[in-house]
Amino acid sequence: MDPVPGVFEGGANVVAVLVLLAEFAMLRAQLLRTQVRLYAWQSLFVALLAVLVAADQGIPELYVLAALSVALKVVIVPLVVLRLLPDADTDIAGSGRFGVASAVLLAIGVAAFGLFVINSLHFAKSSLPTTALALAGAVVLVAFVLMIVRSDVVSQAIGFYSLENGVSLAGLVVAARLPLIVEVAFLFDLLVAVVVFGVLMKIHHSRTASLSTATLTRLRG
Amino acid sequence: MGVVLILLVTVPLAAGIVALVAPPRLTRAVTVGCGVTCFALAVSLVGAAGSGEVRAARYLRVDALSVVFLLATAFLYACAAAYAVGYVTPEKGEADFPRYARRFYAGLNVFAWSMLAAPLVNGLALLWVAVEVTTVVSALLVAIEDTDGAAEAAWKYVLLASAGLGIALLATIVMYYAGSQVLGASYELTFDPLLASAAGLPAGAVRLAFVLAVVGFGTKMGLVPMHTWLPDAHSEAPTPVSALLSGSLLVVSFYAVLRYFQVARAAVGPHFPQTVLLVFGVASLLLAALCLLDQPDVKRLLAYSSVEHMGILAVGVGFGAPLALAGVLLHVLAHAAAKGNAFFGAGVLVRKFGTKSVTEIRGALDALPWTAPLFLLAVLALSAFPPFGLFRSEFQIVAGGMAASEHALAAVLVVLVTVAFLGLSLVTTRMVFLPRRHPRPGDAALQRSEPSAAVAAVARSEPSGWMVAPMVAGLVALVVLGVHPPGDLTDLLSRAVAELRGLG
Repeated sequence: MDPVPGVFEGGANVVAVLVLLAEFAMLRAQLLRTQVRLYAWQSLFVALLAVLVAADQGIPELYVLAALSVALKVVIVPLVVLRLLPDADTDIAGSGRFGVASAVLLAIGVAAFGLFVINSLHFAKSSLPTTALALAGAVVLVAFVLMIVRSDVVSQAIGFYSLENGVSLAGLVVAARLPLIVEVAFLFDLLVAVVVFGVLMKIHHSRTASLSTATLTRLRG
Repeated sequence: MGVVLILLVTVPLAAGIVALVAPPRLTRAVTVGCGVTCFALAVSLVGAAGSGEVRAARYLRVDALSVVFLLATAFLYACAAAYAVGYVTPEKGEADFPRYARRFYAGLNVFAWSMLAAPLVNGLALLWVAVEVTTVVSALLVAIEDTDGAAEAAWKYVLLASAGLGIALLATIVMYYAGSQVLGASYELTFDPLLASAAGLPAGAVRLAFVLAVVGFGTKMGLVPMHTWLPDAHSEAPTPVSALLSGSLLVVSFYAVLRYFQVARAAVGPHFPQTVLLVFGVASLLLAALCLLDQPDVKRLLAYSSVEHMGILAVGVGFGAPLALAGVLLHVLAHAAAKGNAFFGAGVLVRKFGTKSVTEIRGALDALPWTAPLFLLAVLALSAFPPFGLFRSEFQIVAGGMAASEHALAAVLVVLVTVAFLGLSLVTTRMVFLPRRHPRPGDAALQRSEPSAAVAAVARSEPSGWMVAPMVAGLVALVVLGVHPPGDLTDLLSRAVAELRGLG
């Protein structure tokens, strides 16, 4: 029987669960704005975890990283996406290939798979409880479910961004002391990727007058 | 030699910035000059990297393995820049040509810059960053043509490749975790310390990182079953970009896989990483060879040929014998030249005949006295005919497979390559040699009243000498690589093989 977790472990696990719950909420978001807002919340939770780890382990660089990711993922990315698609206030409802219930059930199955598989790996010397790593694996897998079951460009792009959140969460657990320069390079890369995703979403929206990817069937074979 | 590295990561970026502000005529000259300069710089590294590594500015480092990929990328960059002079020309009544040219050349230079940067950076983390930059820049270049097909291809490409790179990022983090068990909690993921301490890395984490890296970077490399973006992006991009995508971008991702292979081989022994690569390689070869048999679009045909060749590279590394590894690295170089030539030739055919359909392009030999034979030779080179470089490299890979006692797989490789040859050569020879359709008696009336535009328009002339020159250069490179590779290059390749096998 494991010892009872302390306040830090408990708090960290709660925040990591919130990251996963935000991912589940994205599966059923019906409005562009909701989807983007959920991503901002999820990024905020990841940044919060970074602050927790920084305080617990005494890694001052992580405060800088947390501040940078809040600025980028909670403020700039949502603004960029909403700014590039100002007249696309159409809802993205009904872009799921299955109903919401089936998608969530599928995601629960996939998340459980990730949770148990990663829990069975043994990672020593991590800076967060290993449950958080298993949750990160679940976030990554549910992000893939999101990209697969939703056929609109916004959900697919947000799926990729939140995939990156899941990887950041995993990074906090097993690679918290990654040098700051590398972390900043990752974040900068993400910014460039977000802008390019935004531009391509805009091109798609202006060509098809919709956010749906249902018409993207020309190229095959 | 360090200054060469710094020049290689600054000159193309500067050319990209020039392209944003300068008029098209100046931009063209700068781009061609920059491409040729980069190739010369890469060649100048061959001697130094053949005997040791070169470092500069803390984050830049090349060894023999990196220089092989630098050579392939820089050669195609120079060729694509020259080809673009003939390819990117204003069509009649196109008012926003300067805007298009500005975006195209800025994108081309920055794209080449990112691909040159990837083999230059020191460390798995920075390598990931560079590969991600190649993705986003090339996605914009795929979308540049402003057609429905281009928008669709670009979206599929950026989404699939980014999701793949998300997995590759996970691989980077797991590898960081593995390294932190030996190198301490805070370190940079540079190659030398990681390789030096590889024997002490936890085997489970390294295996996980390697598989994640093969899936993640393999997505961008075009390994089956993560290849689905590849034919779309290659067929919808402008031709100089298609050539760079196929000849350079795919192998830059392969370079990333090789770096993980290097660490995994040193940490957990050759068996596990080789088996993983063999599985993905054979799957890619099989699917690509079958898709080549019935492919109506000439650029998609060449794209599937790229999947096939990436499969050959993965199988070659999977064999693991030194001879096969040397063949793989030579294959990277020869494939860049041959695939570049094939795309350049296909681009001229598409422009001349106004269609990408392989059944509508006929009588190319009459219409294009230079391009048609060069295209045919490029396709024969791709099918590993002597005396071209790919014959030598595939021969080495198969012989290496025999040496490693993988007889069955070597036989499978030969069979599938032959199937691919059948698909490629049937279509190509038809396009080049079959005469243009003569009006049949039944539709003679139709022909008289309304002659098909394609039949009427094709005159015997090359669209531009700029589009032929890179193909001649590519052919020379292929013959040199096939008949007698220069001594320095052979030394470079054998040193790179030693590095891959942990003896460097």
